[in-house]
Amino acid sequence: MAKSEKPRVSRNKELIRGVGRFSRSKMYHKRGIWALKEKNGGSFPRHDKQPPQAKAVEKAPKFYPADDEPKPLINKRKPKPTKLRSSITPGTVLILLAGRFKGKRVVFLKQLESGLLLVTGPFKLNGVPIRRVNQAYVIATSTKIDISTVDASKFTDKYFEKEVVRKKKTESEFFEAEKEDKKTLPTEKKEDQKVLDAVVLQAVESVPDLNQYLSSRFSLRSGMKPHELVF
Amino acid sequence: MPFRRYVEIGRVALVNYGPDYGKLVVIVDVVDQNRALVDAPKMVRSQMNFKRLSLTDIKIDIPRVPKKKVLTEAMEAAEVQKRWENSSWGRKLIVQKRRAELNDFERFKVMLAKIKRGALIKREISKLKK
Repeated sequence: MAKSEKPRVSRNKELIRGVGRFSRSKMYHKRGIWALKEKNGGSFPRHDKQPPQAKAVEKAPKFYPADDEPKPLINKRKPKPTKLRSSITPGTVLILLAGRFKGKRVVFLKQLESGLLLVTGPFKLNGVPIRRVNQAYVIATSTKIDISTVDASKFTDKYFEKEVVRKKKTESEFFEAEKEDKKTLPTEKKEDQKVLDAVVLQAVESVPDLNQYLSSRFSLRSGMKPHELVF
Repeated sequence: MPFRRYVEIGRVALVNYGPDYGKLVVIVDVVDQNRALVDAPKMVRSQMNFKRLSLTDIKIDIPRVPKKKVLTEAMEAAEVQKRWENSSWGRKLIVQKRRAELNDFERFKVMLAKIKRGALIKREISKLKK
């Protein structure tokens, strides 16, 4: 129930394991069973089972499978929310390690409910749009930007869901060469990018050389040992 | 070609192996052909194989196996730490340490600075070539 539960306190203090302070009769009194009985006219309130409502008559199935197949066991496991690495805080510069933008240095905004990280280039500096990224494919640097004024609340996992396109099964379309409409970004998303980036860029500009840093890609050079590098 | 740095009481050495790696210590006594008794202001006096020590140019004036207080005072008087940090060897180690702890952004800034410096130098050279 949604009521706020205070921690349950026992009315019968335990003296030793198995032995309470009060006897059964005293506990009967303390619990107020006598008051409940009084309220209910002499006997403890009973909630009898209601007669089962008549079920609709189910027809026998037309088809029985040939063999009895074993049913798989029920799985009630709920995965835990993804733990965010302590080195990743809002405003951290991350290095992307995989995908189209590998090597790009990018600003972390927040963690989404699915566990993925919400990230933006900013787009003007390195071409990375507002995007989701998996924590595992990211190096967190120790460089942090102040993005306390940024409002990223409108970006959730739903924002990034693919739009379902319903195809009509008409013959003509079947035989026509697949017309793929060029999938352009809706203008609202472009506007969202601009609005968000404006604030982020302000924070970036306040630190010297940071905009050049974010524009460049990370790469390993001769002599750099990843396990010895401090990020 | 003669030897210049000798193992003697008061010779300052750098530990190059083991848990005390990188520390400056003073040889306060010689145990035998291979080992020295070694001490430093913030260290327990202990024996070390000479192979673990790299001798430096710095030598201080101390009696054999001095008390910790005497040793500390002698090191202060001879300004061991300052001489070490001004020596080219000492400076190199400091720079190496600093480079190792640079973070990614700092490395980037260093790269920019190197490029700028190189550009200035090239400009001057081209001026001289004319």
